[in-house]
Amino acid sequence: MKKKESVRKNVKLKGIPAASGIVIGKVFLLDSEEVNIPKKRVSEKDLSSEVARFERALLHTREEILNIQKNIRNELGNGHAEIFNAHLLFLEDRSLIEEVISGLKKEKLTVEYIFYGVLKKYIRAFSKMQDTYLKERISDINDVGKRILRHLFGRKPRGIHTIPEKRIIVAYDLSPSDTASLNKNNVLAFVTDIGSVTSHTAIMAKSLEIPAVVGLEVVTRIIKDDDMIIVDGIKGEIIVRPDQKTLRKYETYRSKFEEAGKNLGKLKDLPAQTKDGHKIILSANIEFPDEIQSVLSHGADGIGLYRTEYFYMNREGLPSEEEHYSAYKNVALQMVPNSVIIRTLDLGGDKYLSQLQIPHEMNPFMGWRAIRFCLARPDIFKVQLRAILRASVHGNLKVMYPMISGIKELRQANDILEEVKQDLKKEDIPFNEDIEVGAMIEVPSAALTAETLAKEVDFFSIGTNDLIQYTLAIDRVNEKIAYLYEPTHPGILKLIKSVIDAGHKNNIWVGMCGEMAGEPLLAVILLGLGLDEFSTSPINIPEVKNAMRSVTFQQSKKITDKVLQMETGEDIAGFLDKEFKDVIKKFQG
Amino acid sequence: MSKIKKKLVIKNKQGLHARPASLFVQIANKYVSNIKVKKGKQKVSGKSIMGILTLEANKGSEIIIEIEGEDAHEALEDLKKFVSKSKC
Repeated sequence: MKKKESVRKNVKLKGIPAASGIVIGKVFLLDSEEVNIPKKRVSEKDLSSEVARFERALLHTREEILNIQKNIRNELGNGHAEIFNAHLLFLEDRSLIEEVISGLKKEKLTVEYIFYGVLKKYIRAFSKMQDTYLKERISDINDVGKRILRHLFGRKPRGIHTIPEKRIIVAYDLSPSDTASLNKNNVLAFVTDIGSVTSHTAIMAKSLEIPAVVGLEVVTRIIKDDDMIIVDGIKGEIIVRPDQKTLRKYETYRSKFEEAGKNLGKLKDLPAQTKDGHKIILSANIEFPDEIQSVLSHGADGIGLYRTEYFYMNREGLPSEEEHYSAYKNVALQMVPNSVIIRTLDLGGDKYLSQLQIPHEMNPFMGWRAIRFCLARPDIFKVQLRAILRASVHGNLKVMYPMISGIKELRQANDILEEVKQDLKKEDIPFNEDIEVGAMIEVPSAALTAETLAKEVDFFSIGTNDLIQYTLAIDRVNEKIAYLYEPTHPGILKLIKSVIDAGHKNNIWVGMCGEMAGEPLLAVILLGLGLDEFSTSPINIPEVKNAMRSVTFQQSKKITDKVLQMETGEDIAGFLDKEFKDVIKKFQG
Repeated sequence: MSKIKKKLVIKNKQGLHARPASLFVQIANKYVSNIKVKKGKQKVSGKSIMGILTLEANKGSEIIIEIEGEDAHEALEDLKKFVSKSKC
C-alpha cells in the first residue's frame, strides 16, 4: 500500500502562495531524518563513556547554537538572534541533564534512547499548556533536541548549507536558524507544511526573489528526498512527480512568466496611470521594515498598509513606545516623500497576543479584536499612537484604524488620538498636527454607513479580505466553504461602489488594501469604480501597474458598467478573464 | 540539614513566563541547596527552566518553594525577593 502511494504521479497539493514564480526541480527534504532510535543495552562499565558522550554532544550543540546566533545577529540583527537565548537555556537545563544521567544509570540503555524519551516527555507537557506563547516553545525544544541527537549520532548537521546543487527546500517550517545557514545560490524555492504569507519562510523567499508555497499541511509526508516537483508560487500549488505532459505544460508556463517578468521589470519607473492619463496611487502592503527594499524595487508609490501586529507577537512583554517609534521613523525616512499608512494594532481573529491572555473565543473574527481591543485598552493603544505621532515629523505618515463598525467607535478612537496630541503638546514634543487619519472599511455596517464616517476621516481604505468574509458570511479559514469566497460576487462589488461613492461625495480619497487590489483583472473593475489608491504585496505591483497602463479610464468604466449588470460572480469572473487576456496581449506587443 | 518551605504569591505581571522564569532559574542555580517548586499537585526543580515553565504560574498564582541544603535560607530570601517584585 505504502509503496504504491510513493510512486503516484502528478500529485497536486494546494497551499498558500507566499512568493510568486514557477520552478521545476529536485527536492531537498529538510528534517527528513526519521527519529528511529534503537533500544540498545549498555554494559555497566560503558555507562561513564555514555555520560561523557552526552556531555560532549551538549558542548558541541552549544558551540553550534552560539555560532548560528552570531551569524544571525550580523545578518538580521539582534531581535532575530534573541530566540537562541531560549535555545541555550533549554540546552543548559539542569533537570533535563540530570534526568538523562539518572535514567541512563537506572535503565542501562544508550544515551540517545534515554535522551529522546526525556525530550518527548517535555514536549508532551508543553503541548498540554493553555498559554500560546509557551506552546510555541515546543518548536524551540524540538530544534535543540534534534541538534543534540544529531551530535550524539555523530551526524553532520543537515542544515541547508549542505545542499550539493540547486534544490527546492521542503520542510515542515523554516526557522531563522535554518535560513541563516543557507547557501542562497543553491535554493530554487521553499515549500512548507505550515506558515502564512507573513511567516518567516514567505519573507525570506520574497527577499531572495524565489517562489514559495506554504501551508501545504502534509507535504513533508508525501514528498520524498530527490523527488521532482513543480512549485507554482502564483497559484500556491505544487505538483509532485509530474508526468511528461505536465512538465511540458509548466515549462511553457514558466518561460512565459519569466518573459512577462522581464517586461514588468521595465515598468518599475513608469507611472501608474491609464492610457488616457488617469493617475492612481499604487502602494505596497508590508509587515516588516526590511520589506522596504522590495517595495522600492517593485516601483510602488508608497506604503498603503503597514501592519504592526508583529511588534506584539511571539514575545514576552508589550513593545515600548521607543520600539514603535524607531521602526516608524525608519520607515518614514526611507519612504519620504511618499506616504506610509500605519494600521494600528489589529490583533485577534487569526492573530493572538500571547502575553495578554485573551480568552479563546468561539468566533474570533467577530470577537474582541482590533479597534475594539484598543478602545478597551487605551493604555496599550496610546503607546502606539504616541509613537506614530512622534515619528510623523520624519516623513509622510498616516494613521488608519482597523475594523471600525460605526461612527461611535471612530469618534472614540479619534478622541483618544486627540488626547495623545494634547499630551504631546504639553510636553513640547513635535508632531505633524495635520496627520491624515483614515478608517479601514471591512465591516459591512461601516460600508453601509460610509457617508457618515467620511465626514470624520481623511480617507478610507477598503479591507476586502474581511469585508468579503463578513458580507458573504464565509469563514475564510474553513476549507469546505472556500469556494463561496468570491470577490466578484455582485453584492461585494455593489458594496465597494457605495463606499467609493460615499468617499468621493465627501471629498476624501478611497483606497483598498485587501488582496483584491492586487489582482490585475479585478483592479480594472476597481479602477472603473473610481478607486484612488491600490495597495498590495510588492510582488503584485508590476502586474497591477501593467493592467492600469493597458486600458483607458473610459474603457474600465465601460467594463465596470457591464459587470455591474451581471447576476453572478461566475459570470463576472468569466467575462473579465476573456476581456483581460486581450489587455495583457496588447501590453506585451 | 533543615528543610524550609514557604508559600508565595506571584506578583509579576507576566507570571513565571519566559524571561522571569529564566531569571528565577538563574538565581536558583547560584545555590547548592536542592530547590523544588510546587504549584497544585505539580512539583518541579527550581533549577530547571522547562520545569518552571511547565508550572504555568501566572500572576496571582500560589507556589510553594521547598529548599533543603546548607544555603537554604539565603536561597529562599533571594527567591522570595524576586517573586514578590512586580517588575523585572
